Amino acid sequence: MPAVSTTPSGARRRASALLTWAGVLPFLVFAVLFLILPTLNIVIGAFRSPDGHATFDNIIALFSPSILAAFWVSIKLSLITALLGCLAGFLLAAAVVLGGLPGWLRGTVLTFSGVASNFAGVPLAFAFISTLGRVGLVTVLARDWLGVNIYAIGFNLLTFAGLALTYLYFQIPLMVLIITPALDGLKREWREAASILGATGPQYWRMVALPVLWPSLLGTAALLFANSFGAVATAMALTGSNLTLVPIKLFAQIRGDVLNDPHLGYALAFGMIVLTGAANLIYIVLRMRAERWLK
Amino acid sequence: MMGRRFWSGLAVFGSFLYFFLPLLGMFMFSLRMKRGELSFEAYRVVLTDPQFQTTFLYSMILALITIVFGTLISVPTAYWVRLKLPKLRPVIEFITLLPLVIPPIVIVFGYIRLYNTSSVLPLTGSWLGTNLLVLFGYTVLSLPYMYRAVDTGLRAIDVATLTEAAQSLGAGWVTILAQVILPNVLVSVLSGAFLTFAIVIGEYVFAALLNLNTFGPYMFWMGGNRAYEPSALAVIAFAITWACMGLIQLVSRFSKFSQVKR
Amino acid sequence: MAFLELEHLEKSFGATRVVKDFQLSVEKGEFVSFLGPSGCGKTTVLRMVAGFETPTSGGIRIDGQEVTGLRPNQRNIGMVFQAYALFPNLTVAQNVGFGLRIKGQSRSDIDRRVTEMLTLIGLPDLGDRYPFQLSGGQQQRVALARALAPRPRVLLLDEPLSALDAKIRVSLRDEIRSIQRELGITTIFVTHDQEEALSISDRIVVMHQGVADQVGTPFEIYNRPTTRFVAQFVGTLNLLDATVLNAATGQVSVGGTQVALNRALPGDGTSLSLALRPEVVSLGRHEGRNLILSGRIAEVHFLGSVIRVKVDVAGNMVSLDTFNRPDLPPPAVGSAAEISVSERDLLVLAE
Ligand SMILES: Nc1ncnc2c1ncn2[C@@H]1O[C@H](COP(=O)(O)OP(=O)(O)O)[C@@H](O)[C@H]1O
Ligand SMILES: [Mg+2]
Repeated sequence: MPAVSTTPSGARRRASALLTWAGVLPFLVFAVLFLILPTLNIVIGAFRSPDGHATFDNIIALFSPSILAAFWVSIKLSLITALLGCLAGFLLAAAVVLGGLPGWLRGTVLTFSGVASNFAGVPLAFAFISTLGRVGLVTVLARDWLGVNIYAIGFNLLTFAGLALTYLYFQIPLMVLIITPALDGLKREWREAASILGATGPQYWRMVALPVLWPSLLGTAALLFANSFGAVATAMALTGSNLTLVPIKLFAQIRGDVLNDPHLGYALAFGMIVLTGAANLIYIVLRMRAERWLK
Repeated sequence: MMGRRFWSGLAVFGSFLYFFLPLLGMFMFSLRMKRGELSFEAYRVVLTDPQFQTTFLYSMILALITIVFGTLISVPTAYWVRLKLPKLRPVIEFITLLPLVIPPIVIVFGYIRLYNTSSVLPLTGSWLGTNLLVLFGYTVLSLPYMYRAVDTGLRAIDVATLTEAAQSLGAGWVTILAQVILPNVLVSVLSGAFLTFAIVIGEYVFAALLNLNTFGPYMFWMGGNRAYEPSALAVIAFAITWACMGLIQLVSRFSKFSQVKR
Repeated sequence: MAFLELEHLEKSFGATRVVKDFQLSVEKGEFVSFLGPSGCGKTTVLRMVAGFETPTSGGIRIDGQEVTGLRPNQRNIGMVFQAYALFPNLTVAQNVGFGLRIKGQSRSDIDRRVTEMLTLIGLPDLGDRYPFQLSGGQQQRVALARALAPRPRVLLLDEPLSALDAKIRVSLRDEIRSIQRELGITTIFVTHDQEEALSISDRIVVMHQGVADQVGTPFEIYNRPTTRFVAQFVGTLNLLDATVLNAATGQVSVGGTQVALNRALPGDGTSLSLALRPEVVSLGRHEGRNLILSGRIAEVHFLGSVIRVKVDVAGNMVSLDTFNRPDLPPPAVGSAAEISVSERDLLVLAE
């Protein structure tokens, strides 16, 4: 084809390509302005001094004992609730999907999980306070009926353990919601094929079912970690400033209640992004390795 | 066989206790406002509190506008990406999942830094600007649910054929979106909408840090200052969440029904 | 005593009896097909043999050993599923070696056996692939190799070819049969496809509503069906209504024509059905086919080398095939016609 005729058609194609891109422009502008730029602003701010120079001072400041402690508590809390949430959610989902229980249970558990995974924040804290607080239902019943004062034997809702117990209220259902479809994806024939080849139940789980579920399990663990790491309202409503978690510290920073050093705030926020990002990165890498057999 | 059912039953029963007791606890607690008797006094006090009424209405309006805005941004984008830019899908999907990874408090912090009174776009300086900002923030929070619901809904219909059919009848883009695509993904949009409602109605961090008197900060304030009313509020919040999820179920069941008929 | 014995097997799901008094003896090395329409209980019988379902009553014996109470993983049986059921997270070689790994065999033994099996199924180079990288036919071969690798006593195949396209179905079916012959493994093959069953089986069990209607060689099943169901399900069948005139001499009347069947029949005056295959009917008169019935041409289907003609004989539709002849146009619909059969080829079917 002669070169002359390609030029106008090329131009037209370019114009139509531009038009094509215009269709996603509103979304992209929105995402850049209200998701990406704000996040980048934090990341860059973490490496700037108040007068605008590049610096590592903010990052170094993160390694002060009190901030390190806050990170440590947050990481511990998120890890524990992510792992326990995964485990308990997995057991519950497996019980409902594979346990041979009546069929209506499945729908009920899934609907309830939808509710409970969104029942976070301030109301959840109230629910636990009125149940396991000093005058909560279970506390009082345990005292009056069983003669056990759970507060006398070391339980306190306003501590790490209490907070973890509360977080599980939205962590477990989230796991159930995500892992149920994955469990449904386990074909009955795989179990039967394994069994007719001589495998016991545990062998089937170890050699087939868990490897197949592995990517979903990892992904959910990363998501649960981020979910718990970023939670603010539940912790604040429950423990006030009893427990210094990173997001609570950051909240105080932003409010200007404490140090009033915005760049330390940047660094705190940056640290949060790094951790939740790392959790997801680990997930993506492991998933890619686990999924050689998947397209 | 018996063993499996036994352990499964035990797991479900254990979960039931863990999930039910806090609900029972908050409900019982909310009834104890009047000394020596069970009453709905706490609910009466809360519901007649003008503060409750204004903040709740405020949050509800915010939620509804968020839903509309989220729909306006999700449906055309998801549609367009499926139709014309399938290569871009992973990128868009990644963006829509980011809010699950970046903690909300970090996002607000970014807003406050980026759109404060001394910036190019001083949104936090005015009433309207602050409200827009929280609206955008809530839209970002709902993006993972809204966009993905719509995208899943679009997968079920043949976008290209529907579009060509509509175009051959002379429809323009707006008509196609509003009259062809939207009705077909309405169920997905509604699912996303109810979920968004559940998230926004009690949201605390954005509202508190942007100094808005919505329902979330109101509940928080009550928690610090009253004894029984917070439980009543928690029960109300739980009922709202439950209603939202119930509506999602209802809507998707209805859609299955209509698909079978087709 | 036969190698595999199923004795009075019964299976009920709730109130519905899905398998009824199922009896079968399979000799060592025999290839037996279960043939029947979907839902007749073939899979259920197979799953009872495998141990996935517990019989409501009855027993299963393999090589003299009572296995009814054993779990699937204690039975040493190989099974191939319709949907392949390869483990997606394992390579082809790992899939084939799965049973050996479970048995705790050494690495080198496993490798040797896997290579041997992959060669047997003609895929020696695909050991490192994952199942999703294989075509359906290849996956099913691997599934076969996986089932055979641990040297099972019995091989069960549940509609293994149904998910494949027609061409591969035929080639793989022959391959399965030749591998089975080579290994001499006792095999039960479930199918709803009569051609499949007829072409590869030593014996066929035709199942109908949970009952084994007839057991026999493909030749017997096709040519001497004992029940109306078998006759109808296997191959095409024409039915003629007849009335017994004289039970002792075997005289019946078909649409007014008297026919001597020369065999014992039920009492005078009862009506019965006579069945005949299309290939035993000729259009017009024919050497050795002495019984002539007249009727009218009802339908003509030109299929190429074969022309299928349906003739209305006293209200009975009789299907027959003639070869295409370029010099002779097919008969016209509506014209009168005669058909001829030999009374030897008429089957009397129990209801
Ligand atoms: N687990 C079960 N519960 C209830 N009914 C079943 C079950 N499995 C099979 N059936 C019923 O038993 C009958 C026979 O099924 P099946 O053995 O799968 O038939 P086939 O393999 O011949 O198609 C069918 O009517 C089926 O609905
Ligand atoms: Mg079957």
